[in-house]
Amino acid sequence: MLRWIVWRDLMLAWRRRADALSTLFFFVIVVSLFPLGIGPEAELLRSVAPGVVWVAALLASMLSLGRLFANDYQDGTLEQIMMTPQPLYLIVLGKVAAQWLTSELPLVCIAPLLGVQFGLSNKTVGVLLITLLLGTPVLSLIGSIGAALTLGLRSSSVLISILVLPLYIPILIFGAGAVEAEIIGMTAASHIYLLGAVFVLALIFAPWATAAALKISVE
Amino acid sequence: MRGERKIFSNVGFSLQSGTYLQVTGANGSGKTSLLRILCGLLAPAEGAVKWDGADIHSLGEDYFSSLTFIGHRHGIKDELTAAENLRISAGLSGIEVDKTTAREALARIGLTGRDSVPARLLSEGQRRRVSLARLLITNSRLWLLDEILTSLDKVAITLVRSLIEEHLSGGGIAIAATHQELELSAGNVQRLELAT
Repeated sequence: MLRWIVWRDLMLAWRRRADALSTLFFFVIVVSLFPLGIGPEAELLRSVAPGVVWVAALLASMLSLGRLFANDYQDGTLEQIMMTPQPLYLIVLGKVAAQWLTSELPLVCIAPLLGVQFGLSNKTVGVLLITLLLGTPVLSLIGSIGAALTLGLRSSSVLISILVLPLYIPILIFGAGAVEAEIIGMTAASHIYLLGAVFVLALIFAPWATAAALKISVE
Repeated sequence: MRGERKIFSNVGFSLQSGTYLQVTGANGSGKTSLLRILCGLLAPAEGAVKWDGADIHSLGEDYFSSLTFIGHRHGIKDELTAAENLRISAGLSGIEVDKTTAREALARIGLTGRDSVPARLLSEGQRRRVSLARLLITNSRLWLLDEILTSLDKVAITLVRSLIEEHLSGGGIAIAATHQELELSAGNVQRLELAT
């Protein structure tokens, strides 16, 4: 059953490639603006890089979250999906997985290239990649709660940001912190372990909260 | 209850196999709300809905496997073709449908040769037919149909009538909220009028 929902969302994303691409371009442009604005001081760029990349990733994920349930809600397919004989928890998990694959994974893949702009070393780029791989699924999972809660409301995209961005703070701290620690020559491991713990917690609790929020929104 | 407003109260009925219940009432009398309560999408402020003697909220997902709901929104994705829509919604209900079966179901509902057209290119009536094709492939015992006759032509309405007759004679139950009479020739027809 889970593969049907993932396959469906992947196919829909493929038919609307422009949506996923715009998230990617947003991320690339926001990150690229900083070296242009700050100037070519290598030392300064290197020290702001982790924060810039991570904040841009948070903002980019806001763009795709609005679409997570809204389109399905409008055309009535969300109701149909919720009335299928399978736990809503799994359905949410499937949709979040598809959202991560189409909107977050491309960001993770392009991040090493952006790291070069900031003069990061290979090893630092590696740490950045690991934190993004662990952290972006958490963004999708936590964001899905906000997307479900604001479903069907006007100006829901602004509301999602207000609801969800504060919840992203731990991921930002651990994610950017790991890369920073690597840059100044300390071990990044402790931050990465914490990020992993947050990921596991979000994987267990977020779909459950999203399912409950969806039930309220669809009423 | 919708918001602070009470829409209807003291609505009670029980249906046997092979029964068609037509829910009528003026606009805003709560036909759609009643159907959504029967679907389990909306919780009634008071009372309960029971299926085979058990409360639908305790049955949970098991209840959904015995019902097909066609809402006034079509519930199909514009980006997908008619056949893909059908296969995916069947797949999500736990029924594997191959391309040929999907094509046959669409042909039966009058969409021959339209199965690989993206749904956004179909007309309103054709999109309605795609959502009706779900009834053919899901084998549910309970059909909940909300205003399904809007934007359907005469041929399609006759088709819907024969589909419902077939469903009732096979021991199914159908509940439809509609203004139009279907004039079924088979099955046990009951009416429920919601007062405003």
